[in-house]
Amino acid sequence: MELARKWVQLVIAMLTNGYWGFPVTKTIYQGPLKVVCSPGLNCYSCPAATTYCPLGALQQLMMTLRFNLENAQYFLGWYVLGCIGVVGAFLGRLVCGWACPFGFFQELLHKIPSRKFAVPRPLRYIKFGLLLFFVFLLPLLVVNDFGLGNPWFCKYICPAGTLEAGLPLLWLQPDLRKTVGLLFYNKLAILVFFMGWSVVASRPFCRVACPLGAFYALFTRVRLVKLQLDQEKCTRCEACHHVCPMGVKFNESPDDFECITCLACMDRACKFDAISLTVGGIPLRAGDVRKPVATKIP
Amino acid sequence: MRKKKPLQKLPFIVLMFFLILFLAGVISGEPSRVLEQSWQICLSCIGIG
Repeated sequence: MELARKWVQLVIAMLTNGYWGFPVTKTIYQGPLKVVCSPGLNCYSCPAATTYCPLGALQQLMMTLRFNLENAQYFLGWYVLGCIGVVGAFLGRLVCGWACPFGFFQELLHKIPSRKFAVPRPLRYIKFGLLLFFVFLLPLLVVNDFGLGNPWFCKYICPAGTLEAGLPLLWLQPDLRKTVGLLFYNKLAILVFFMGWSVVASRPFCRVACPLGAFYALFTRVRLVKLQLDQEKCTRCEACHHVCPMGVKFNESPDDFECITCLACMDRACKFDAISLTVGGIPLRAGDVRKPVATKIP
Repeated sequence: MRKKKPLQKLPFIVLMFFLILFLAGVISGEPSRVLEQSWQICLSCIGIG
């Protein structure tokens, strides 16, 4: 199952970044697919990106909302909210585990041999603050004389944007190098920090700072596809604690908002069929025979 | 005998709500707006310029 997940991650990363004509054109993809929402964090200023980033589009919506309304343009963002809402209501944070290129990148970094550490649990609430302030409130409320705001998360924090768009564009368009300043170096430092942290800890950006993960986490209890615990079969052996890349203690909190439904607990840890994948509460794999081989992830 | 689990309705209601929101966005012409934005390189968005 883990190998299948890696393949799905790779295929989705290639599909959402499938424009390989950029070394010739020296610019980003400008075709009709850009109307499609990328399920995971994937900067749409990336030269290879074929889809739009839901977080970037949300901020664009918030930062232009006042200007649009004052000019009688009623773009209220229903399309973007509807897109990520449908994905969230259907899959929730399963997207983080299976369809996010930046999550995949962190998992690859974590494979570099080194001493591994846990991510302190209280830090996981930071991402909700980033979602509220950097994606919704600051772009909406801090505006210039024309009523236009800034994409605060993209501009000041997003390491995926630096990796996928900032660095490749500087390579493709040498003229841009003259405009690089403190803002870019600050973002580069954030990228290097999370890359280093990803080597020694599992998915630190997803757990601490990803506003898209925070948005999908809001659907944890109401999403259609989720893991379910059968309390009668669970022996409290805690095998599921040791394999979770997000630090979830599944048998203690089966509705934990950090669960990315990577299926490691169901597939590699639980020997008693206590964990099942469900759609609308109906188990998909009840009664399957599995041979679990537990490997510990700190 | 295994007890049959009931189908949860709430996930479908939430899904339908966002599906309606999505369709309302399509009808009001928002996709062209999104396309217009995503075709441009937002330099300030990526910390350049």
